[in-house]
Amino acid sequence: MLTYVLRRLLATIPVMLIVAVLVFLMLRLTPSDPAAIIAGDNANTEQVAEIRRRLGLDQPILTQFVIWLGKTLQGDFGESFFFKKQVTELISDRLEPTLSLSLLTIVIAIAIAIPLGVLAAYRHGGWLDRTVMGFSVLGFSVPVFVIAYVLIYIFAIELNWLPVQGYQRLAQGVGGWLQRLLLPSITLAVIFVALIARITRTSVLEVMNEDYIRTARAKGQTEPKVLIRHALANAAVPIVTVIGFGVGLLIGGVVVTESVYTIPGLGRLTVDAVLARDYPTIQAVILLFSLAYVLINLVVDLTYTFLDPRIRY
Amino acid sequence: MGHLRRCLFALAAAAALGGLSAAANAQNTLRAVMHSDLKILDPIWTTAYIVRNHGYMIYDTLFATDEKGEVKPQMVGKYDVSADQLTHTFTLREGLVWHDGQPVTAEDCVASIKRWAAKDSTGQKLMSFVDNLAVKDDKTFSMTLKAPTGLVLLGLGKPSSNVPFMMPKRVADTDPNTQISDFTGSGPFVFKRDEWKPGDKTVYVKFDKYKPRSEPASGFAGGKVVSVDRVEWRAIADHQQAINALLAGEIDFIEAPPHDLLPLAIGDSNVKLYDWNVLGNQFTFRPNWTAKPFDNAKIRQALLYAFNQKDFLEAVVGDAKYYKVCPSYFPCGTELFTEKGLEGKLTSDFNKAQALLQEAGYDGTPIVLMHSTDVQILTNLAPVAKSLMEKAGFKVDMQSMDWQTLVARRAKKDPPTAGGWHAFLTSWVSIDITNPIFTGFMNAACDKAMFGWPCDAEMEKLRDDFARETDPGKRKAIAEQVQVRAAEVVTHVPLGQWYQPAVMRKNVNGMLKAPAPVFWNITLN
Amino acid sequence: MSIEALPAEFAETPLQRRRSLAAAARNPSVIIGALIVLVLALLGALAPLLDTLPPSDINPVFRNKKPGAERVVRDSNGSERKYVHRFGTDSLGRDVYSRVLYGARVSLIIGVTVAVISVAIGLVIGLIAGYIRWLDGIIMRVMDGLMAIPTILLAMGVVSLSRAGLSAVVIAIVIPDIPRVVRLVRSIVLSIREEPYVEAAITVGTPTPLLLLRHVLPNTVAPLIVQGTFICASAILIEAALSFLGVGIPPETPTWGNIMAEGRSLFRVYPHNIFYPGLCLALAVLAINMLGDGLRDTLDPRFAKRV
Repeated sequence: MLTYVLRRLLATIPVMLIVAVLVFLMLRLTPSDPAAIIAGDNANTEQVAEIRRRLGLDQPILTQFVIWLGKTLQGDFGESFFFKKQVTELISDRLEPTLSLSLLTIVIAIAIAIPLGVLAAYRHGGWLDRTVMGFSVLGFSVPVFVIAYVLIYIFAIELNWLPVQGYQRLAQGVGGWLQRLLLPSITLAVIFVALIARITRTSVLEVMNEDYIRTARAKGQTEPKVLIRHALANAAVPIVTVIGFGVGLLIGGVVVTESVYTIPGLGRLTVDAVLARDYPTIQAVILLFSLAYVLINLVVDLTYTFLDPRIRY
Repeated sequence: MGHLRRCLFALAAAAALGGLSAAANAQNTLRAVMHSDLKILDPIWTTAYIVRNHGYMIYDTLFATDEKGEVKPQMVGKYDVSADQLTHTFTLREGLVWHDGQPVTAEDCVASIKRWAAKDSTGQKLMSFVDNLAVKDDKTFSMTLKAPTGLVLLGLGKPSSNVPFMMPKRVADTDPNTQISDFTGSGPFVFKRDEWKPGDKTVYVKFDKYKPRSEPASGFAGGKVVSVDRVEWRAIADHQQAINALLAGEIDFIEAPPHDLLPLAIGDSNVKLYDWNVLGNQFTFRPNWTAKPFDNAKIRQALLYAFNQKDFLEAVVGDAKYYKVCPSYFPCGTELFTEKGLEGKLTSDFNKAQALLQEAGYDGTPIVLMHSTDVQILTNLAPVAKSLMEKAGFKVDMQSMDWQTLVARRAKKDPPTAGGWHAFLTSWVSIDITNPIFTGFMNAACDKAMFGWPCDAEMEKLRDDFARETDPGKRKAIAEQVQVRAAEVVTHVPLGQWYQPAVMRKNVNGMLKAPAPVFWNITLN
Repeated sequence: MSIEALPAEFAETPLQRRRSLAAAARNPSVIIGALIVLVLALLGALAPLLDTLPPSDINPVFRNKKPGAERVVRDSNGSERKYVHRFGTDSLGRDVYSRVLYGARVSLIIGVTVAVISVAIGLVIGLIAGYIRWLDGIIMRVMDGLMAIPTILLAMGVVSLSRAGLSAVVIAIVIPDIPRVVRLVRSIVLSIREEPYVEAAITVGTPTPLLLLRHVLPNTVAPLIVQGTFICASAILIEAALSFLGVGIPPETPTWGNIMAEGRSLFRVYPHNIFYPGLCLALAVLAINMLGDGLRDTLDPRFAKRV
């Protein structure tokens, strides 16, 4: 098992390298010129050229890439073209909000979706089943920002239960932190609940017809125990797969959600950086997100071994 | 079990503490949403309005323009002019200190003037008259001129971009084309660099050692008395959310809410509208003289006949309460306003426009019109321009891009089909275009002019005459001639005057009427 | 969403395939989904005939009117008629009803184009990866790398590379979708290769193209159709998100996504800007998802035994 983990970790390296190359190329191929944007309105061609030189943008692409790669491996992501701060500082500032949002979203989604899916499977064919399936398809058919606006209108404006926007750091109080994150997390969780509830229902249904379920019932196990210990546990593998796949969706949703709710996280940083052609920041953030995605996939694969003893690496 | 209880207790305590600290933070803080996020901190290096607003927070000026448009001394205590009008002597008033505690000296001021003048076009014009700028003693410096000019006060009291803010000598000595990295000023607020999170928020605190003048505040002049402890500029890009937050009490002030959302504020009793910039703004269409066919004055003139101001104003502002049709290059409500030169124009006389195009031999070259998509107040302008131009017989190729891309592209002189441009639209704050020297777009010095590069010797001569003239009556006459000439050669097209009220919570009082949003004099009661 | 390798015993024979197609045509999800999509597509295709105004015709004087507002419209031949803005007008005075109908064209075209192109490219790359052993490693590493970059960010990056427009957006959404198709095709190829009848075919000397055509390709059709429909649905949603972030298709060409994005700041005062295109978008995505669900339930043999 340990060798498997090590092998997978090693395999991350070429993948991340390819991500780095792809992102780097993508940015350098762009026709717009960050030097011109930085130089400002009244600059002449010499000033722009001077800035290009200072930023190292006049070097051949391969040289730029090697220099950047070297620095990145040492943890130096360079200085943002626009924010006049070290990219590492920018990112570490924004890590907490995005992590908080993502984790809370996943927790809420799982807490709602799995019981819902299990119940839907249990009462297969009933009104709960149909409602769950119906709403879940709706859940991932509506764009995130529309869900956000509707939720804000209902809960923040009309009912005044929750704040409209903003983020409070954990250090300034858990109560405020939770209060501000609730609506954004629910917004993002909608898609997840939809996905996870569906797959839970489908997997549990599949498993419900198995012999060992009948045996468990015959033995006299209570229904909850049958559902959770026997059905859910065996249905877990596809569910966890979808959760892992959902993380990719999560990142996309985070970008939009942070924009609407004014959460100063990595998602918004990326949007601002892309619109401002801030290469160092864009490169660093995409690299970070990709690394997170790869590692989460690894964790998902490892979780399989706990869930299903038959799966061994 | 005990462990669990301890955990729960800790959680509850943390939550309670969180509540406490939140209450403690609710001191006198003004939470504002400005029209843009602050990314650049050098108000000399760029003319961007948000940076100018930042400048007004932390810097002070030698002279300042008051509500009536008159230039009054601010940092200057004693101001003498020699009989021949060639020697101006300035003495700083007592008690001026920098944020780090050092006293403000004449040396600092001279260095600051030099840096400002290196970048600002009015400053450049002023310096062309200056023979010598010398420090007399700690608090006094003098300016000796080659010829009399009204630009001394007009320049040093310039209200908007670039404002001649005073900085310590060590900062002002920075090369004008490099951004400063030290943000010490002598203004009524201190910039909290450690709390600055670009894209998120900017924080200012009251400068306790600031010594305001004794006169009442008026515009940018008078005593700058700060009554709040802290000002936070929050970056909320979503306009709908900004208004939602204001109505919910999560923020106190929005500088520039979209006009379409003002009804939401009007309908709420906790919130009020306030028009702090009574002179408003002006939409402008800028053609590129170096790009065929706009090198032909007749074809440019066709634009003056193709356009009308109401369509643009209706498309962006929508409510007649907040706009004014003002066919003049110099805004309505300002000293030099005149309608001379624009009679009969800006009325969408498509026949006349088509006739002009025919006369000029317009060959159907598509006009590359740049359309910015992410600046809320400008987005609707280009489609209106395209529609009117097409009705007048132009062929228009409207290309959409974000503002940053537009800014990069408008600096290029390449042919429009190869990465260049024919035209774009923008907006000026009225205070920036009150006279021929301030109005950047009227600079017709060919290559040295702003993007668009108009080239007209007659216009330059008129502007020079204006600069030399010290008598206000004669200045007005020259300004009229400038406008007549501008309408003949079409340096740019004025597309209407519009007003942007701010919205704020009812407890925000005392905001001054000035062309830039200033935060002294504001109380939160 | 199907990433796992296809167990060999689930490969279909031609007879099974024909039965599956028949079953698919009878499946209620498929029927309803297909019907809704067809209706929307027809509305889009016939837009000029459905009492619409040109979607990019601005009319600043008549901006932000609520649904039901009437005005006098002058036709190209000079005659005047009364026109009712069923869905109101947007902030430039354009008719929302017309824009929504014309928007159906672009949104659905984006969805279908992205699906077709990504499936086609993914198919080719997947076949190569599955068949040519020494290329497999490199291709899959690149695909892993591509998949690791979050879709939205990749799409944003690609769009900002060039002038915003239909082709840029299509390319931007196609690229992140290719890796999943590649993985799917590759897994099918890998499992088929082990089949005895394929081994027999190779021994007999069947040229590779024929092998691909006769044995491999037919087994990819069903899963690819299913995958394609999900890609189509997600493409429409991604386009909306890109418009929201400011890097979508410029508003002269209406899409449901950019109509909503443009009108979003007016949500509380003029909700019709978001409501009508949002309804159509949700309906379309819903229908396509239903279609995909139904197809998967009937065509994809791995799920044939599922309820």
